[in-house]
Amino acid sequence: MTSPTHMTLAQARDALAKREMSARELAEAHLAAVEAARPLNAFTVETPEKALSMAEASDERLAKGEGRPLEGIPLGIKDLFCTEGVASTAGSRMLKDFKPTYESTVTANLWRDGAVLLGKLNMDEFAMGSSNMTSAYGGVENPWRAEGSDKKLVAGGSSGGSAAAVAARCALGTTGTDTGGSIRQPAAFTGIVGMKPTYGRCSRWGIVSFASSLDQAGPMARSVRDCAILLRSMSGHDPKDSTSIEQPVPDFEKALTGDIRGLKVGIPKEYRVDGMSEELERLWQQGIDWLRAAGAEIIDISLPHTSYALPTYYIVASAEASSNLARYDGVRYGLRVEGDSLDEMYEATRGAGFGREVKRRILIGTYVLSAGYYDAYYNKARQVRTLIARDFGQAYEKVDVILTPTTPGPAFPMGEKMDDPIAMYLNDVFTVPASLAGQPAISVPAGLSEQGLPLGLQLIGRAFDEQTVLRAAGVLEEAAQFTAEPAFVAGA
Amino acid sequence: MSVDLGTVRHIAKLARLHVEQEQAEALVGELNKILGWVEQLGELDTTGVPPMTSVVERSQPLREDVVTEEDSNSAVLANAPDSAHGFFVVPKVVE
Amino acid sequence: MSLIEGETGKWEVVIGLEVHAQVISRSKLFSGASTAYGAAPNSQVSLVDAAMPGMLPVLNRECVAQAVRTGLGLKAKINLTSVFERKNYFYADLPQGYQISQFKHPIVGEGTLTIDLPDGSTRDIGIERLHLEQDAGKSLHDQDPRRTFVDLNRAGVALMEIVSKPDIRSAEEAGAYIRKLRSILRYLGTCDGNMEEGSLRCDVNLSVRRPGEPLGTRTETKNVNSIRFVQQAIEYEARRQIEVLEAGGTIEQETRLFDSRKGESRSMRSKEEAHDYRYFPDPDLLPLVLEQSYVDELAAALPELPDEKKRRFMEDYGLSAYDAGVLVAEQANAAFYEAVLDGGKRDPKLAANWVTVNYFGALNASGVGLAEAPIDAKKLGGLLDLIADGTVSSRLAKEVFEAMWESGKDAATIVEEKGLKQITDESAIEALVDKVIAENPAQVEQYAGGENPKVIGWFVGQVMKASQGKANPGAVNQILKRKLGG
Repeated sequence: MTSPTHMTLAQARDALAKREMSARELAEAHLAAVEAARPLNAFTVETPEKALSMAEASDERLAKGEGRPLEGIPLGIKDLFCTEGVASTAGSRMLKDFKPTYESTVTANLWRDGAVLLGKLNMDEFAMGSSNMTSAYGGVENPWRAEGSDKKLVAGGSSGGSAAAVAARCALGTTGTDTGGSIRQPAAFTGIVGMKPTYGRCSRWGIVSFASSLDQAGPMARSVRDCAILLRSMSGHDPKDSTSIEQPVPDFEKALTGDIRGLKVGIPKEYRVDGMSEELERLWQQGIDWLRAAGAEIIDISLPHTSYALPTYYIVASAEASSNLARYDGVRYGLRVEGDSLDEMYEATRGAGFGREVKRRILIGTYVLSAGYYDAYYNKARQVRTLIARDFGQAYEKVDVILTPTTPGPAFPMGEKMDDPIAMYLNDVFTVPASLAGQPAISVPAGLSEQGLPLGLQLIGRAFDEQTVLRAAGVLEEAAQFTAEPAFVAGA
Repeated sequence: MSVDLGTVRHIAKLARLHVEQEQAEALVGELNKILGWVEQLGELDTTGVPPMTSVVERSQPLREDVVTEEDSNSAVLANAPDSAHGFFVVPKVVE
Repeated sequence: MSLIEGETGKWEVVIGLEVHAQVISRSKLFSGASTAYGAAPNSQVSLVDAAMPGMLPVLNRECVAQAVRTGLGLKAKINLTSVFERKNYFYADLPQGYQISQFKHPIVGEGTLTIDLPDGSTRDIGIERLHLEQDAGKSLHDQDPRRTFVDLNRAGVALMEIVSKPDIRSAEEAGAYIRKLRSILRYLGTCDGNMEEGSLRCDVNLSVRRPGEPLGTRTETKNVNSIRFVQQAIEYEARRQIEVLEAGGTIEQETRLFDSRKGESRSMRSKEEAHDYRYFPDPDLLPLVLEQSYVDELAAALPELPDEKKRRFMEDYGLSAYDAGVLVAEQANAAFYEAVLDGGKRDPKLAANWVTVNYFGALNASGVGLAEAPIDAKKLGGLLDLIADGTVSSRLAKEVFEAMWESGKDAATIVEEKGLKQITDESAIEALVDKVIAENPAQVEQYAGGENPKVIGWFVGQVMKASQGKANPGAVNQILKRKLGG
């Protein structure tokens, strides 16, 4: 039998159901891996006692033949999700000691289905970042290394801890959140699968808000099937979230038929950006060839406003964030730095509690909403957002899914791009458009760069058509046969 | 549109963010660079384009008017940095 | 138009009122916490109200219905699409760091409110808009020398902000506006109108100008929480502005805070400076879209409102504008009046007189409300019946009424017990008349001699006195004239 930490989630589930191993054994193996992987700094909190007691409860259910869809599956949770009685920091000093008295809907859904909590995962502060370097608890190290180099690389962000934990075999799956690429980009950087579902598919209740109109939770795992399994449990309408949609939750796993004959795949010309590396172009072409070989019809399309997506995203997300983060004021929870007056207390608390990137975005967001600038920036961005969504709408008249690279390049060394915010934002150039349009998108590891680092391909689909996206992703995954392992693997 | 130190100070005040002088000076350059970059949106003619607030195309759902919360005092104050007699406590506010 | 006389001539006062009315609902605008008044601090605060991380608002159906009902009651346009926006500012009792309100797209647009003036005339005041928003919490500054205490029980309670057009011209009209608005809100059951508990709060926008000239610069006086204070604040601010202008100064657009103890207001300008609310549509909420059929259903279920009721009372019952106005000001009073009428069985004018003068007088004097009063509509109706059929005289009826108020017994019982029944039996009255004539020959002579025709009145008085007031005065008069040979 494969070592428990090297199984896919689907394999582990089946082995547990057949009683080939116990949930406790599976949890113990992963807790050991979590411990061994501490140098990666992927976890902000480890919850071994909770994991074992949850695993034991799972074993009892399994023994009675009452196993649920995720019975006994050890997972890590991004620290943006509020978990009852377990510190939930959002990667910020502001929430260092914050222990919610409530459980987010998505994590509650996972526990309802029998999953086991290993711990909370490091992330960019308030999910603002593409490198995980903005975390108040330090950056997350990518378990991968470039060939012949020992340079530490970023795991990507903001769900960097979630990505590194899966890649290093510390967890069978993790939750991430994606506002402009925060699931897909770190998934691509670490050679795993990560999916941002349709906006409204997963409840945002209990997830610390970054940009409300964009934030969406999603699964990260080592296979498309594993993501499909997790997504089914995470999804569902939640009356506590006004933007959550009443849509039936299908059995996403059943969508993985492997048959994409006749599927129309769009290739947007605007994603062929200036200076795209040859290896990336080659990878993309490879993806196109794989899908065509599997019977898909390849169609060139145009998404004319693509190049405006990033600045649009940056204005919209910062504006919403500046308001969403106003609640961190030292009054009801979180950090408080005393001051002589209420305003001094606010300024001191927020000055000390927020890191540099968060402050930068709050200031930008405050500026674009302020009197005299609203129309030129914020309203303009919302209009361009409409145009970007229309681009996709027109494309789906011709195609079923869209294939693009996930990121402009592989993981970069820790500390790079830190002094150039725009260079950092450009990491999200391919992922942001689908976020603005609210569409489901997945990153699948498709190959290695010349330096031996993973690269991902992205598939984007129609709103609430995760099934088609997953089906095509399954075919891509099958064709790519991505079996490379990172330099650092924690499990036995 | 360009941002000067006074503007940085003003928006930092609006956002209740203490910013050190050195950092404020650095922010002038950073914010100008970012704003200059986002201003490329000005190239687009968006006359008559409705601004999007949400990709969700439906009306605001409504909740029934029922009280679902028990006495909340302990849960609400559980994480409070300072509280007394069931109240949150802040530095004296002079109106 | 009422003008104020200044040192240099007449001035016109231009007033607009912004009223914050707390919506009657069980739970808050965006959370399931209770809205009940007077609970222990922070005991009615949901995670949403406390703005805990990751908490999201969900709109209360009833609050929407209440806003639409109020809009309909103000004969206003109901906007089928409205949008909630965030008004961003920091304050200790504003947990989210923003208030969810409506800005560019309120749920209710322009409407009209008809105010009733003391001379019986009416005037239409325009309504600019009505929107829904969250209330803030409460900061207690006086409990501790160095600290402010914050209670979030009210945070998130639904408010309707009702904004008038600058159509009001005097403190008196402002008072009439608030009274009428409060009356309509109470009829609709959308706000209890209780100003002491803060369910109805008022900001006053005021400017002055020379008659016929364009609008002057206005100020906003906040925190004016009774009709009397609104009138005080208007008088104060109008005088202040006129003095400033007559001394050659200019009025600055500013926010002023009313101090009810001094009856004065002072500038809050220093606080205003930093305000830039950065309104933008709340991305946690979606546009609120209503169906016309939903609005129509609410409209069909509206109660009869004060203006319609007043008109009906005047047309159907022949009441004066004044009496009708007094009766309809409170829905319960109007209902009491109609219960006394008992489907038109009783004389409407007699009933109106008894309800507005004697009954309301007794309520006021004893300080009790309608619900606790010792006499209900049925009992008062019983008394009116005894008056109508001549069982008691109107004069004795007052005595009966007082006894009823004391004892709670019905009119017939009191009349019986006290023997106050009117004497209508002719022979009994004749006997009394004969006795009085026999005892007063001098007056009989006066009458016969025609020296003093008024003496007949004296005789009536004597007979009534002899009957202890119970004799039917008409019958007495008739018999006297016959006997005295008039």
